[in-house]
Amino acid sequence: MVGSIAAIGMGLAVIGAGMGIGKIGDSAMQAIARQPEAVGDIRSNMILMAALIEGAALIAIVMAFLVAGV
Amino acid sequence: MKKHILLSLFALLLSFSINAQANQTDNHNHDHSDHAGHDHSDHNHSKSDHSNKAHDAGAHHGDDHGHGGCGWHHHPEGQEYTPKDISAIAFHHISDANVYSIGPLQIPLPCILYAPETGWDVFLSSKFKFSKTGHGDGHSAYKGYILDAGAVKRITDPSFPRDVDEVPLMGITHKTEMVDGKEKTVAYACTGDKEYRTDGKSIADAGIFGGGLSSFYDFSITKNVTSMIIVFLLMLWLFMKVAKSYVTRNGMAPKGLQSFMESIFVFIQDEVAKPFLGAKYLKYQPFLMAIFFFVLGLNLWGQIPFFGGANVTGNIGVTMVLAIFAFLVVNLSGNKHYWEHIFLMPGVPKWVLTILSPVEFLGIFIKPLTLMLRLFANITAGHMVIIVFVSLIFMFSKGGTSYAGGFGTAIGSTLLTIFMMAIELLVAFIQAFVFTILTASYLGAAVEEPHHH
Repeated sequence: MVGSIAAIGMGLAVIGAGMGIGKIGDSAMQAIARQPEAVGDIRSNMILMAALIEGAALIAIVMAFLVAGV
Repeated sequence: MKKHILLSLFALLLSFSINAQANQTDNHNHDHSDHAGHDHSDHNHSKSDHSNKAHDAGAHHGDDHGHGGCGWHHHPEGQEYTPKDISAIAFHHISDANVYSIGPLQIPLPCILYAPETGWDVFLSSKFKFSKTGHGDGHSAYKGYILDAGAVKRITDPSFPRDVDEVPLMGITHKTEMVDGKEKTVAYACTGDKEYRTDGKSIADAGIFGGGLSSFYDFSITKNVTSMIIVFLLMLWLFMKVAKSYVTRNGMAPKGLQSFMESIFVFIQDEVAKPFLGAKYLKYQPFLMAIFFFVLGLNLWGQIPFFGGANVTGNIGVTMVLAIFAFLVVNLSGNKHYWEHIFLMPGVPKWVLTILSPVEFLGIFIKPLTLMLRLFANITAGHMVIIVFVSLIFMFSKGGTSYAGGFGTAIGSTLLTIFMMAIELLVAFIQAFVFTILTASYLGAAVEEPHHH
């Protein structure tokens, strides 16, 4: 039982990450559309932000592993 | 030029993956009657000192399948590959080991062990007499220690004969027991007539991950330590070569390795060091560069298939030490302005300070903690996904008995694995960069001069 609740927790964490990174992608696309010559800057910032958000989601996944113990 | 590099990298990845897949299905189809020969180290992946309780619970599952007697570590055969086996295999492959396995070959490493009862023991792990092409199970116990699937364990049973250094073993069995209320898999060394209980090594996680103190401490030169030493020497050689070429080609345009390293170096200098550290960037730049290139080197080393599969940065101990260094450097170079901002943030009412100061104080510790966890989780997650993709082949081919399932899954799994490994390369760079840029940001906050309004 504990294992499956941990799995639900992991899924929720990934939903949060997906929403956050989706929002970053959305604004990055719009920014590139508005100003195509800034593509390089925008792309590197987008990847950096995505990595930070993904870090938070993966921390949640690791903690879920801890709880489930598997 | 860039296109060629990308293409050749892709071809390399493809060839590694296909090689891996072919080896899996091949080996497995021929091998399931011969346990000692079956080579599990064909898998690509990586071992880390994962002090998770599951390492103990899952890792050595194979012998529990109703054999009951003494035997060596072998894989579930026939229809037996369940998801639980796969998670056990995954944890085994991302854990640290006392043998270095290059493909099917196992190379012994020095063991440095300390037990309060018997003192220090230093010896090469070949004393455990493990097969050079096996699973890393030591066929004999040495000085009261055994080698169980690459990890050293100590026999805690006082009735074990300790008058001779070497005691041949008939096998190592694993039993699931309740230890301190948690289910744990304990290894028993059997010498044919009796089974002796063994202990895993002490793990410094205060029991959170299922570790804690046990009867001995393992300070060995393990696979991860060897990888770190190798990557360190590689970095040393690379940078000394580049530095020398700056001297010999003074005033000329950079060429070859020098230009390659220069572009990365200048990128970090201009994007990370200068913006965050301002005028004092030269003082802290060596530290930031060291962190970036070391983390990058370790991440990439862990991605090389068959070459030990040393999952170094996926080992929480390694990332913890890197985070400790970041913590020390940031806090030891904090100026008065920095500490003021933490404990007595100027410009806020007194009652807000009672909430803000404890939070800021906790933040001093939480920021390096997130650095550690972020790197660890990213790299470990990537390795585990790849291992699971490859293990799917075993599962769907039902242990080598179903050819259709095996080949069908092999195709899909190969593609997925190639895709994941490409992502992992990207993640290796990104995580090294993120570690560096966050450390630079914290450092910048620590050495910032107060700007008066």
